[in-house]
Amino acid sequence: MISIRNLHASVDGKEILRGLNLEVKAGEVHAIMGPNGSGKSTLASVLAGREDYEVTEGEVSFDGKDLLSMPAEDRAREGLFLAFQYPVEIPGVSNINFLKTAINEIREYKGQGNIDPKQFLALVKEKQKLVELDGKLANRSVNEGFSGGEKKRNEIFQMAMLEPKLAILDETDSGLDIDALRIVANGVNKLRTPERAFILVTHYQRLLDYIVPDFVHVLYNGRIVKSGPKELALELEEKGYDWIKSEANIEA
Amino acid sequence: MSAVAEKTLTSRILNGIESRLPSLYGDGHLRREAVTYFSEKGIPTKKWEDYKYINPEGLFRIGEFMSDAPVIREVTALDVERMTIIPGSMKLVIVNGVFIPALSKLDRLPKGVTVKSIDDAVLSDETAKAHFGRQAQVTSDPFIAWNTALNTGGVFVHIAANTQCEVPIHILHIAGNEAASTWHPRNLIVADRDSKAEVIESFETIGPVKTLTNVVTEVVAGMNAHLDHYRMQVEGDAGHQVNTTCVLTHKGSNYTTHTYSLSGGWVRNNLNIAFAEQHTETYLYGLYVLDKARVADNHTVVDHSLPNCISNELYKGVMSGKSTAVFNGKIFVRRDAQKTNAYQTNRNILLSDDATINTKPQLEIYADDVKCSHGTSTGRLDEDALFYLRARGIGDTAARKLLVRAFVEEVVDKVPNEAVKAYVDDRLNDLFA
Repeated sequence: MISIRNLHASVDGKEILRGLNLEVKAGEVHAIMGPNGSGKSTLASVLAGREDYEVTEGEVSFDGKDLLSMPAEDRAREGLFLAFQYPVEIPGVSNINFLKTAINEIREYKGQGNIDPKQFLALVKEKQKLVELDGKLANRSVNEGFSGGEKKRNEIFQMAMLEPKLAILDETDSGLDIDALRIVANGVNKLRTPERAFILVTHYQRLLDYIVPDFVHVLYNGRIVKSGPKELALELEEKGYDWIKSEANIEA
Repeated sequence: MSAVAEKTLTSRILNGIESRLPSLYGDGHLRREAVTYFSEKGIPTKKWEDYKYINPEGLFRIGEFMSDAPVIREVTALDVERMTIIPGSMKLVIVNGVFIPALSKLDRLPKGVTVKSIDDAVLSDETAKAHFGRQAQVTSDPFIAWNTALNTGGVFVHIAANTQCEVPIHILHIAGNEAASTWHPRNLIVADRDSKAEVIESFETIGPVKTLTNVVTEVVAGMNAHLDHYRMQVEGDAGHQVNTTCVLTHKGSNYTTHTYSLSGGWVRNNLNIAFAEQHTETYLYGLYVLDKARVADNHTVVDHSLPNCISNELYKGVMSGKSTAVFNGKIFVRRDAQKTNAYQTNRNILLSDDATINTKPQLEIYADDVKCSHGTSTGRLDEDALFYLRARGIGDTAARKLLVRAFVEEVVDKVPNEAVKAYVDDRLNDLFA
């Protein structure tokens, strides 16, 4: 699905990612954990195509295509989805209009015609249920006046509507109470299929109680320093990140 | 431009006026008064505070607008049809400053609504006689004086007391000639007590030749009258316009104006609101969306001379290319105007490095028991929002269009007429295509 090799990226001249390698196959769920400032969100942003970040070295192949040469919109059209840590409020653009535009732009890219309005509305109705999103929210401006939980649920709702091949969830658990977390996790679990892969970027193990990963990776100083099965997350929760840091520093 | 050249320009215009005065309709005295003022002041220059951002003399220097002997280009019923805004509306067609009944559509004129050519009305209609030249004072601005001296026609629209005019009244201004020309249409709209109407003025051009339309419209909103007044400025690149609208409102009236400057060369709007009585409500909404090297220059004055009146003004602008916009909104709250509510907002987005906005809110308050505010902002499209949209597969152009449309929605949302809203939507779509 996605193959990241020796990825180096910097922002404002400061190198954040320093030779990151990761291989994610269809149907897999990978959790990326790590202390603050280790480069987790940078990885998510670089993959989604945010232009503030400069890739200085390395390559990323997404379904056989060179991801890094594509603009952000083409990455999305190819099936990459980023659930934002801080979803943006866009006053004046209704959620519905936004999604319809997105779906139609993606369809156009694939050489398909516009989605049938009836079919679209049916889809909205169906997917809203997935994250228990109030129908009223769908008609409001994108994220405007949404609570933290509503914003995160809206991200998962969008993911359900766009049906990506690879979804990257950037700290989707941050700022959520336990009920909202359960709803969001539930939505994600329902979207797990043998064809779809997930990368969960998270600081805490809590999310992984609900979305059980196949692999856990620890990111430190811009590199993956440790990988393991889901139990690694528990170990991190118990022991913190310090032992990883010292291990990594010794190796370096 | 030197003082000498300035004088030459003004005197050239004056010479033209002198030769034409004898053949023009109406009150020779008023025209003479206008000429006197115009000859004293001349065309405004950069030194005039109200014209300092956009210099009219630059536009007139060439002198090509001064050609006399107008050759009226033929305007067909097909042209008029193409310029429809609301299907089924009345249409009052003014071609190169003259009302043309043959091209107009007045068959659905409701009872209580009178439409006349202004030159006829000022001679025969008591209401027109009572209001003509009262709101647009010749000594207040050279463009009003110029128009008053030289106007050759226009329309008088009278909505009689208690008339609920269900059919929108579309005043369609068309300018276009074989040679560069200046036109001075003159309109008077009087909505009497307890009447209700929608008046849509639109400004179009035909052909690529330079035109200057120096239009003056006087509006009277009578007691409890409810008037929605639209101005759709959609002229071609060579279509220039000075649009002066002077409004007088009476007790209980609700006057709303929607000014859309969506194309044209240089568009100057002078919108003046005065109160005849207390307890009036006035809403001023404006949108200018400019590309190329277009100029939209909006000046509004709301003169709260009396207590207990409400005014609310919202203007928004989006500038791209090398376009320039000016917003100068004056609100005066006079000493006796207690319990005034006056609000003003102007927001702008610049889409390119070469676009310019000069915004100058001006609130002068001389009363102490009032609620007033004004605010202005200028910025760019929100980069985070842009990335968010792109990250969902929406292309850069479509994403920008969506954000611009969202930005202007606050103004467009104030349009109560769905057909007008659809027209604006179409226009905006074309602009960013």
